[in-house]
Amino acid sequence: MTTVSSAEHTRRDFLYIATGAVGAVGAAAALVPLIAQMNPDASTIAAGAPVDVDLGPIADGQIVKVFWRSKPIFIFHRTKHDIELAQKVDVASLPDPAPDSERVKKGHEQWLVVIGICTHLGCIPLPHEGSYDGWFCPCHGSQYDSAGRIRQGPAPKNLYLPPYAFLSDSKIRIGEESNKPA
Amino acid sequence: MSGPSTYQPQNKVLQWFEKRLPIGGLIHSSFVAYPTPRNLNYWWTFGGILSFMLGVQIVTGIVLAMHYTPHVDMAFNSVEAIMRDVNYGWLLRYVHANGASMFFFAVYVHMFRGMYYGSYKEPREVLWILGVILYLLMMATGFMGYVLVWGQMSFWAATVITNLFSAIPGIGDTIVTWLWGGYAVGNPTLNRFYSLHYLLPFVIAGVVVLHIWALHVAGQNNPAGIEPKTDKDTVPFTPYATVKDAFFIGCFCILFAWFIFFIPNYLGHPDNYIPANPAQTPAEIVPEWYYLPFYAILRSIPNKLLGVCALFGSILILAFLPWLDTSKVRSARYRPMFRQFFWLFVIAAVGLGYLGSKPPEGIYVILSRVFAFYYFAFFLIVLPLLGIFEKTKPLPNSISESVLGAKA
Repeated sequence: MTTVSSAEHTRRDFLYIATGAVGAVGAAAALVPLIAQMNPDASTIAAGAPVDVDLGPIADGQIVKVFWRSKPIFIFHRTKHDIELAQKVDVASLPDPAPDSERVKKGHEQWLVVIGICTHLGCIPLPHEGSYDGWFCPCHGSQYDSAGRIRQGPAPKNLYLPPYAFLSDSKIRIGEESNKPA
Repeated sequence: MSGPSTYQPQNKVLQWFEKRLPIGGLIHSSFVAYPTPRNLNYWWTFGGILSFMLGVQIVTGIVLAMHYTPHVDMAFNSVEAIMRDVNYGWLLRYVHANGASMFFFAVYVHMFRGMYYGSYKEPREVLWILGVILYLLMMATGFMGYVLVWGQMSFWAATVITNLFSAIPGIGDTIVTWLWGGYAVGNPTLNRFYSLHYLLPFVIAGVVVLHIWALHVAGQNNPAGIEPKTDKDTVPFTPYATVKDAFFIGCFCILFAWFIFFIPNYLGHPDNYIPANPAQTPAEIVPEWYYLPFYAILRSIPNKLLGVCALFGSILILAFLPWLDTSKVRSARYRPMFRQFFWLFVIAAVGLGYLGSKPPEGIYVILSRVFAFYYFAFFLIVLPLLGIFEKTKPLPNSISESVLGAKA
């Protein structure tokens, strides 16, 4: 570069800095669409809309599996016995303490709705298996109870709860927490 | 790059690295300190523009490839999903499609610059031939990219171009079946075009490295066509050429942006928004504008095999340009007769492009034949003879004298 007295800023300095600044802004702006295009597109977002499930056909004691946002959701129609077992547990002794009342919606205690992905490394646990009246994960031996709580094995957390709401006593919408008091 | 590098990094870490892999010195001697003729005009910025466009096409292409499906039943819809659903998908697609046109526009300006100023002459023959190879690679890449859309024009262009090879006597049909991977253009064809369309730009990048290397061995040509004699004839590449290139890339991008944001489908054909139908040929099959001159040459010859030979010959003849032009004077600035024939050549080339878009009947066929004849005559008759008969103007004593006058 040509030598310039460092005491004064020349027009060339100004032009260099101005061009550099505009170039930097342009480069950042160019990056925006390149990075944004990897986010879920409109069709993927549309396919992730809430799913309505009719609970009528689900028999007492039955567990069904539906998909919402590509995740398996377990819907467990709990018998009185299942509910008692879940409520009687000493909460403080659980690996991830949570009372049964926090796992279900008030007035609908017979319905357990949880995401069917083991919180260890992501396998789908098997229903009506294991010693806790719940699920058994065949990958590394985690066991969940009738409230979907981890009881034994390497999984650190209880099965996660999806957002859902009761549209009526026999219909739920998975994907939306309604504002109605439960 | 002759002699040891003058690059001395101040930073200790950079010094350590430089001793082990002297990339800093390479970049410094090639693009910072590199002596550049001081009289280069804006026609010399198109090499930088081409490198920029190659980068744009590769980046947008890789990103588009994340959303495109190369199967005959899903390709067209996947492109529409990119346009409608993918975040900024419309922008990426239009940049890539119009980018191809801008890429070819820049390469034609770059080639015409080379022809006008004699940049293909000794000692830059290999540089020029590498350029012809790059041009051929670009044409193959652009053709295959257009097929991927799987619209009506995509499919029928693929059929026509692959069928060209059936003109080869004896083995022609075997070659065409081999290209297709089937009995007609179909899914195997689409899949392999996708693979090759992803591959060739990186081959282009590699040949560009050779092209720039060959350039740096001989040094840039310049508008006067005479070699630099002293340090007064050159300036360091950075900041002079770097800033000139950056400025004109900015101007070029304004034109590019005009197409992307205001007339993104102007250069395309509406028939390519119709999904490919193997049972129905469109009323007129036309390639993209940048292939039109060669399309006109192909159609101007009534014989199938000779037409194909003329098509490929019209591109390959460029490689022989350094030997066909016998003149010892490089730049058209000092070659008044050559200049006139050159501009006639430009008119013929552009004219052939226009005629390629017209149906092959009546006056269009006659004009195509006239212009195609001149195209070949320029290379095979005019250039060899001009070297013998042309009276050239006297050359300046040096580059700096031609720029600064006799008091240089």
